[in-house]
Amino acid sequence: MTFQTSVFYAFSAILILAALGVITSRNPVHAALLLVLAFFTSAAIWMQLQAEFLAIALVLVYVGAVMVLFLFVVMMLDINLARLREGFLNYLPLGALVALLLVAEMIIILGGRYAGFADMPAPPPLPAGYSNTKELGRLVYTEYVYPFEIAAVILLVAIVAAIALTLRRRKQSKYIDPARQINVRREDRVRIVSMPSEKRD
Amino acid sequence: MPYITPLMPAYPELFLLVMVCVILVVDLFVSDDNRIVTYALTQFALAGCLAITFLTSSAQPAYTFSGMFVDDLMSDVLKLLVYAGVMMMLVYSRAYVAARGLFRGEFFMLVLFATLGMMIMISANHLLTLYLGLELQALSLYSMVALQRDSAVATEAAMKYFVLGALASGMLLYGMSMLYGATGTLEITRLAEIIFYGVARDVVLVFALVFIVAGLGFKLGAVPFHMWVPDVYHGAPTAVTLFIGSAPKLAAFAFIMRLLVQGLGAERLVEEWQQMLIVMAVLSLAIGNITAIAQTNLKRMLAYSTIGHMGFLLLGILSGDLIGYGAGMFYVVVYVLMNLGSFGMIMVLSRSGFEAENLEDFKGLNARNPWYAFMMLLLMFSMAGVPPTVGFYAKLSVLQAVINAGYVWLAVIAVLFSLIGAFYYLRLVKLMYFDASQDTAPIEPHGDVRMLMSANGLAMLVFGIMPEPLMALCIDSIQASL
Repeated sequence: MTFQTSVFYAFSAILILAALGVITSRNPVHAALLLVLAFFTSAAIWMQLQAEFLAIALVLVYVGAVMVLFLFVVMMLDINLARLREGFLNYLPLGALVALLLVAEMIIILGGRYAGFADMPAPPPLPAGYSNTKELGRLVYTEYVYPFEIAAVILLVAIVAAIALTLRRRKQSKYIDPARQINVRREDRVRIVSMPSEKRD
Repeated sequence: MPYITPLMPAYPELFLLVMVCVILVVDLFVSDDNRIVTYALTQFALAGCLAITFLTSSAQPAYTFSGMFVDDLMSDVLKLLVYAGVMMMLVYSRAYVAARGLFRGEFFMLVLFATLGMMIMISANHLLTLYLGLELQALSLYSMVALQRDSAVATEAAMKYFVLGALASGMLLYGMSMLYGATGTLEITRLAEIIFYGVARDVVLVFALVFIVAGLGFKLGAVPFHMWVPDVYHGAPTAVTLFIGSAPKLAAFAFIMRLLVQGLGAERLVEEWQQMLIVMAVLSLAIGNITAIAQTNLKRMLAYSTIGHMGFLLLGILSGDLIGYGAGMFYVVVYVLMNLGSFGMIMVLSRSGFEAENLEDFKGLNARNPWYAFMMLLLMFSMAGVPPTVGFYAKLSVLQAVINAGYVWLAVIAVLFSLIGAFYYLRLVKLMYFDASQDTAPIEPHGDVRMLMSANGLAMLVFGIMPEPLMALCIDSIQASL
């Protein structure tokens, strides 16, 4: 066993244990933290495959943004754990069946005639100074610039549609126009009333 | 290495995108009373695209963006028709959306984005751009259906459309990924070459084909993937229904031509998809035409009639030769014209707070306004396929292509179901001419709508009497692009 394979097995073991922890831990915060661990280890495995951009993107996007959001939501929501765990045993046979089917399907695909290991040989090792990120950037802005721009337009549609569907003037809204708020003069708000002093009784 | 992309073939798309961004910003500074400015700018953007596409069109296919974009005669003709369809839709729906509080910048924005998506699909030469164009169009349409937030029917329709559309996209994408696995390329011209010289695994190709045809069936609304069509057509605001039923059908036709005919047009694959299309076509003709009889809501009836018309379109394509594709394209163009006219008429008769969407609302239209009744008569005759109108010629040419391909029994079935379908189109004519009117409100659309509606109705007659130029254009454009 070379050094590389031993590293791979170590990371894989951590990944699988972390993933198991995600679905078995009783505390949702623990589950979320274990998911972070799982993401980190899979990023490390990607690094071994020389896909450093994907590895970094996984850490930045999933760990950095998505998981933090997740943790935030989990902490804000008061989840009733006992209710979630009800009927776990009833679902167990069905769940086991699904898992078994998935394993069987994986075996058929990986060992089968159409997409087995023989069809997908490992790519040749890349030269030392090869930068995955640079290559990706070059391709996205040259060869794939057209689909890249269309994807950007789709995001713009998402923004326009989200605003069109959710924004409306509410009558009971407490919104105040900032410009008007700043331009308020003392005379508009405060009225000085001069009145004779009164005796306290 | 310098990397220069010739941009000229994509000028219409670039112009439209720039205009969308301009309108997006201008609209922010326009008050609600002057929203007509946004409308005018939208029409100007489409007219500009029309001019650019017309001036830069050529019979020679031009590729750009590393072979992902193709500008050929078919794409030019289809794009011109898309612009025309969208412009007509905007004219018809102006008063309607204004009366329902939808006359907002976002409405025009989404229309233009959907148009851009259609243009991208029409000009795609790469599975990636084909898919992205489809999504751009679909996402805009989903949100347009939901734009009328306070209407529960519209929200439900949008939800159904969104969920089923996402499912269809998933299927399509799965099929495309298998195509990539089998051939190792996403470029349609390369794909066709690789398949032509034979790949090791035809089984994977056929498997991919099943998913792609199912996805396309969803997008077209062909049976057994038609469940969303009646609900969406019924639930969406009529202006949006008109939009969904018009220009996107042209883009869907281009999608089928690019993917099935250009990409998977090798002889041994044609046999495979022909079988699937036959099943879908026969079922669509049957269910579309028979279920439409039971409808009392005109929008729902037209939705089922759409399903039947899509069956005819599939018949044209499955003939598998130039005449068949030409007949299919002719059919789509005619269908879009008929659809624009009939949904346009619903909007002409509707007014603020009242939808003329039930069959009863058309009772006695002749007494109220003989000219509109006559236009509707022409449109309905054309949908049914009554001779002097263009619908007859469209059906005839598809049937000719089917018989040429050796499927006489299919032609017989198509004629039988068209006969059944004629019943509900003619029922509407009977209601307009022989029943007493319950509604006496005057019909006073704007001058532009009046002119357009007359042109639209009379086009049914003109193209019906002289179909040859349009037919020749369809066949030439497909011939130049295959």
